[in-house]
Amino acid sequence: MSAPNPDKIAVSVPDGVKLPIFMDNHSTTAVDLRVVQAMLPFFTNHYGNAASRNHSFGWMAEAAVEHARGQIAALLGGDAKEIVFTSGATESNNLALKGAASFLRKQGNHIITVETEHKSVLDTCKRLQREGFEVTYLRPASDGLVSPEQVVAAMTDKTIVVSIMTANNEIGVVQPMEAIGAAIKARNPKCLFHTDAVQAFGKIPFDVEKAKIDLASITAHKLYGPKGIGALWVRRKPRVRIDPLIDGGGHERGMRSGTLPVPMIVGFGKAAELAKGEMAAEAIHLRALRDRLHRGITARLTETYVNGSLERRLPGNLNISFAFVEGESLLMALKDVAVSSGSACTSASLEPSYVLRALGVGEELAHTSIRFGLGRFNTEAEVDYVIDLVVKSVERLRTLSPLWEMHQDGIDISTIQWTPH
Amino acid sequence: MAYSEKVLDHYENPRNVGTFKTEADIDKDEIGTGLVGAPACGDVMRLEIRVRDGLIADAKFKTFGCGSAIASSSLATEMIKGMTLDQAATIKNTQIVEELNLPPVKIHCSVLAEDAIKAAIEDYKKKHPK
Repeated sequence: MSAPNPDKIAVSVPDGVKLPIFMDNHSTTAVDLRVVQAMLPFFTNHYGNAASRNHSFGWMAEAAVEHARGQIAALLGGDAKEIVFTSGATESNNLALKGAASFLRKQGNHIITVETEHKSVLDTCKRLQREGFEVTYLRPASDGLVSPEQVVAAMTDKTIVVSIMTANNEIGVVQPMEAIGAAIKARNPKCLFHTDAVQAFGKIPFDVEKAKIDLASITAHKLYGPKGIGALWVRRKPRVRIDPLIDGGGHERGMRSGTLPVPMIVGFGKAAELAKGEMAAEAIHLRALRDRLHRGITARLTETYVNGSLERRLPGNLNISFAFVEGESLLMALKDVAVSSGSACTSASLEPSYVLRALGVGEELAHTSIRFGLGRFNTEAEVDYVIDLVVKSVERLRTLSPLWEMHQDGIDISTIQWTPH
Repeated sequence: MAYSEKVLDHYENPRNVGTFKTEADIDKDEIGTGLVGAPACGDVMRLEIRVRDGLIADAKFKTFGCGSAIASSSLATEMIKGMTLDQAATIKNTQIVEELNLPPVKIHCSVLAEDAIKAAIEDYKKKHPK
């Protein structure tokens, strides 16, 4: 008997499914056509500068910007005047942390954040460390969650900012923000609470008042708006003050100078308005698709592991490890499906996902993880096609995997003397 | 990143996948096995050679790794078939890089394939001390 020779797998594409399929909605989203429609007049007809106070072109642009501020503020429970437009969430995170650290330098030099934050928070914190600030990086539990007790235990009299992302971009885990906010303020009302709310905003209920948040980073392109526009929500009551990163004409109450990109802002506003109206129904739709995907895969494959809490999770996220199958080789098999992997091979650093590592996921499993990000435009037929393709691809790659063979033979691969390279 | 046609071909139609141990009437003394890499690094290759009359009569592999790692080991089995052990031992990773058009970030895959060939030869030689 010869060893099984892996045949090419055959997966039929059902009617109504168009390839390629986009299931990477944590990286970005398609702009909703209703958003595009709202934006168009502001490129060609109402192209005024929102800072022009002396003619109708300027007034028209300014009115549109103010309307968008209101639409965005309404989705996070804040006031329109508290929205500071930026180029995106990376800038918002930089502005929040560097701006607060700079302004509060005399009050203290300690910042608290979490190991699983986005790089735009972690790298900003590293720079602040080089400038003399002290940063505590909290390690989440194995389900990805941080506890209020853990945050408070790390606070000192020198702590000026705590930065905790509401929902994680890789594993979709949603932190207990209201409990954490209450605990921070009980320990020290003056300590600022910042959140990178990029993945949560427009996907799950998010309220700056309920969670006692002072600074919140958001962006348009994760909620079916355009790329290149984000915002930092900055609390006015009690007033939160930060130093700007960009000086100039004093736009955005002096916190972010630069001519406002009116069409993008209009699109951001429209996207927020749509999310406010449709978020609840959309979450039900996404959760059903996600659970269908999860069940469909696990019903047919053994040795799969969901990374992070399944209960406290964004409705559209599934991050799952397929033991004994390296992530990039699986991405190759899924070439008509846009997803991403925590495998080292997909990163420049050759290290597997730092988020999964922080959860205590072993390196060998981190290399086998795939992140599915379902969004507004995904369908049940697409999910069914992806289930079939994933299952058959994993089965094929396992026939190629010496580790799978050892596992089948009852060999514990952790007992083997490997040669790291 | 885009993969070369040859990487895609070996990934989609890998040559010589498997193991000799499940084959009937196999003489274990004819087999040399190289197991290189580590699961924690995301790459493990196992390459087996079957030696008859001083020649590599057959070769088989299994690989846990990215598409380039699978392609490198698949190609390696093709290259060494019919070679003497000494000839196979001279194969350099650069030949694999060239044949598969591997980009710089994937050179380690070809190094691992070269290591696997050498480890299999060494294992065979250990069984047959001169």
